[in-house]
Amino acid sequence: MECSDARELLAAHLDGELRGREALDVARHLETCADCAAAYAALASLRRAVRSEATRYRAPEALEARVRAALPALPRQEPNAVVRSWQRLALGSALASALAIALVIGILVTRPLSDDLVVDDIVASHVRSLMSGHPVDVASSDRHTVKPWFAGKLDYSPPVHDLADQGFPLEGGRVDYVEHRPVAALVYGRHQHTINLYVLPAPVGAANSGPSPESRQGFQLLRWTHGRMAYIAISDAEPAELAQFRSALIARE
Amino acid sequence: MTEQTKRFREIVLSHLDAAYNLARWLSRSDTDAEDIVQDACLRAFRAFDSFRGDSGRPWLLAIVRNSCNDWLRRNRRGNAEEAYEEELHGGVDAAPLVAGLASPEALFERAELRERIDAALAKLPVPFREAVVLRDLEDLSYREIAQVAQVPIGTVMSRLARGRRLMLAYLATAESGVEDGV
Repeated sequence: MECSDARELLAAHLDGELRGREALDVARHLETCADCAAAYAALASLRRAVRSEATRYRAPEALEARVRAALPALPRQEPNAVVRSWQRLALGSALASALAIALVIGILVTRPLSDDLVVDDIVASHVRSLMSGHPVDVASSDRHTVKPWFAGKLDYSPPVHDLADQGFPLEGGRVDYVEHRPVAALVYGRHQHTINLYVLPAPVGAANSGPSPESRQGFQLLRWTHGRMAYIAISDAEPAELAQFRSALIARE
Repeated sequence: MTEQTKRFREIVLSHLDAAYNLARWLSRSDTDAEDIVQDACLRAFRAFDSFRGDSGRPWLLAIVRNSCNDWLRRNRRGNAEEAYEEELHGGVDAAPLVAGLASPEALFERAELRERIDAALAKLPVPFREAVVLRDLEDLSYREIAQVAQVPIGTVMSRLARGRRLMLAYLATAESGVEDGV
């Protein structure tokens, strides 16, 4: 083996990534070539130094908290449970992929496509709002502050109500993009949970309808049409709480 | 909560440090790394259907890496291209530099080794830095690195070979007091 060929393979040899003939050829070359052996020793020292000395940055606690809050709630697990579930994961992965595909096909078959895209947008918007740490652009529990804030940002005026006395305090609002148009997103609290309520004009002539609940990627959604507005509420709170939220809202209209 | 959502949560939370470490080394900025990881988590959430269940770490790191790339393109205008340009033209071969030292071992026996290693790694062009971080800090196999960087294994091999030679050159240059000679 030529030195120029050996030099290209030294790093991979060091990493144990050469197999069979190549590994053998490099090993033999190192026994007979002092220059390459020195280069190999230098690479080995470097590798050792990088592994022991280079900084391993750890995710800041605030980032972890934000990601944790944005992910659908999960019952607390003892540390070992995570390891065990990873073992289960390996065993069940084929089955799980099959289920995932079945789920996707099921959704595509049972729902009009554009509707499905709206829900995708809503779920993504909800997760983004939780993860950003800035779920609201206007923070206020006063509907007389939140409602005028939307004027000029939207071509419609969403009804805004504070439901603090019903256990759903209004936290504020923001404008978000759903299906390529700006829509009003109202943010409510519910114990430790956040509810995002998307309000947009219903199609002309649409009658009051709903509520229709659904679950998507661990979040609960509730959709209804009332008073010429379409509403979509999303949260990781219980479905019953979303139903209660809707009733409280409709009682104010 | 579906089984799928649980798995997603486990993958993201158990590899969050690895995700942040990669984003931090590629962006070289604390705040940008946080933004990149947030963006990657959202992308991962939306793309979870594409996860095949073999190993969550390379899957998540590939998404982090794509978020980083987009971020570099948006915020550093041209830097990512420069980095790849440098790769095409080969950079510097450390062999003559290292051979010129009395003992390459001396490079690793001096004080402030941590700072010098960090500085040399940070100075590497992005594709090499990415390969070294994934290999030596995250302990990924060449096959997994190929998956994350979306390149053939042969490319991983040559990036690691060159990346490490460059690091030796940076260390040797710093040693001899020539700061910008490389």
